[in-house]
Amino acid sequence: MVTEVFLALWQWSPALGVGLLQNILISITAIGLGTVAGLLVGALAMSPLAPLRVAARVWVQVFRNAPWLVLIYFTTYVFPFEISVGGHYLPFPDWLKVTVGLALPASANVAEIFRGAIGSIPSTQWEAARSLAFDRGQIFRSIILPQCFKRMLPPWMNLYAVVTMGTALSSLVGVHDVIDTAQIASNTVNLTGFTVLIYFSLLALFFAYCYPISRLTQRLERRYAF
Amino acid sequence: MPSEPLISLRDVQLAFGDNRVLKGIDLDVQRGQAVSIIGPSGSGKSTILRCITGLLRPQAGSLRVADTAVHALSSEAEFIALRKRVGFVFQQYNLFPHLSVLENLVIAPLKVLGRKRPDAEREAMALLAKVRMEHKADAYPGQLSGGQQQRVAIARALAMRPELILFDEVTSALDPETVGEVLTVIRELTEEGMTCVLVTHEMRFAEEISDVVYFTENGLITEFGSAEQIFQHPHNPRTQEFLRHALGESGRRQHKPAPDVLSNLSRYSLSV
Repeated sequence: MVTEVFLALWQWSPALGVGLLQNILISITAIGLGTVAGLLVGALAMSPLAPLRVAARVWVQVFRNAPWLVLIYFTTYVFPFEISVGGHYLPFPDWLKVTVGLALPASANVAEIFRGAIGSIPSTQWEAARSLAFDRGQIFRSIILPQCFKRMLPPWMNLYAVVTMGTALSSLVGVHDVIDTAQIASNTVNLTGFTVLIYFSLLALFFAYCYPISRLTQRLERRYAF
Repeated sequence: MPSEPLISLRDVQLAFGDNRVLKGIDLDVQRGQAVSIIGPSGSGKSTILRCITGLLRPQAGSLRVADTAVHALSSEAEFIALRKRVGFVFQQYNLFPHLSVLENLVIAPLKVLGRKRPDAEREAMALLAKVRMEHKADAYPGQLSGGQQQRVAIARALAMRPELILFDEVTSALDPETVGEVLTVIRELTEEGMTCVLVTHEMRFAEEISDVVYFTENGLITEFGSAEQIFQHPHNPRTQEFLRHALGESGRRQHKPAPDVLSNLSRYSLSV
């Protein structure tokens, strides 16, 4: 009985691995999109133009305070399954829709992390740079941003770990990820012991992926605590 | 007196809301002079320095640095042109923590003055040697003591080859042991003829190096004159009282250390 269960897990492990790769692909793409969008929104939030600032603030508030599952359903059912670009039809697969659904809250969080990092640089750094005849753009590029990126790294990696765990939601809209694979395996093998074991395995897989990230984050936090 | 002062303030006034910090300051600094501004905390000393380099804008009065009318500047480019000529050293050093000591010195010459890196680095190393910090060129500010950081900050200001340097209570944040190493650097600069304006609480240092001393109180200059006049023969009763507290009971510097240590004790008495 016990050997049977472990044998089944062994047989299903390649499929689980492929499923996990799907989750990792979604998480990396989502944090990538979310970071680019978030830095843009964060920059807009500091714009001298009031309408841009308001737009950025609305974006941040809406996507930070929406449940992730709702956003994933939203992007899954709002976007078409293919996009027409100059007569060519580009497929817009479900996993990419989920990725966008996760990138939206990620971007709002990145924007907040960015804004917080800039605000955390003491005003004396601005003063010192101004007294050395730097202009505003130079102060941003040479003095403020380099210090910001160091400070942003730990919360950003923390956000990445959360996004990775959020990819587990993608199975709910039919993406063939590691959770979906585990459900199929559980139904196919149809042994209670196997069902328990395979969900424990999922826990272990996610933990094995996210724990090193969180440890690295802690180390970076200590290192950059100046 | 030489004709054109390098810095000239006339009736400079500045208020933060209802709080009138400067109520009409007149002040002149000749090229090559060392000028100290002394006075109680909150009397507007640091505000004067910040106005000179354009970090604060006076609401009335005129403020000239050589041929530049600082009170009339408006564009960022004009302020940048002014700040290229005016060095500033802060109480809290304000080094850039993400850059090494050497990079702290070369970043402004490279980015602002557009100088070549080898030249800028060579000059930076010479300046670090001058402030006796060349052995720490590759260290980061967080690894240095306060006195070391302040000496690097002075070298950073010098790296822009300014015509004058403003020192804003540069030893106030330092522990007593490292005050001396910073004052030595400033003394050498004044001896080389660098125009220096110091806001300081180091009375004996101010007396020793200054050509002119200004005493401020409550946003006004109550008295100014040569170091000897202000410290030995102050006219204004407030100046006399301030110096009596700041220098100890005698209110004047002892010209020769007494042979007997005990007779010297009064200098160290605390007034509470």
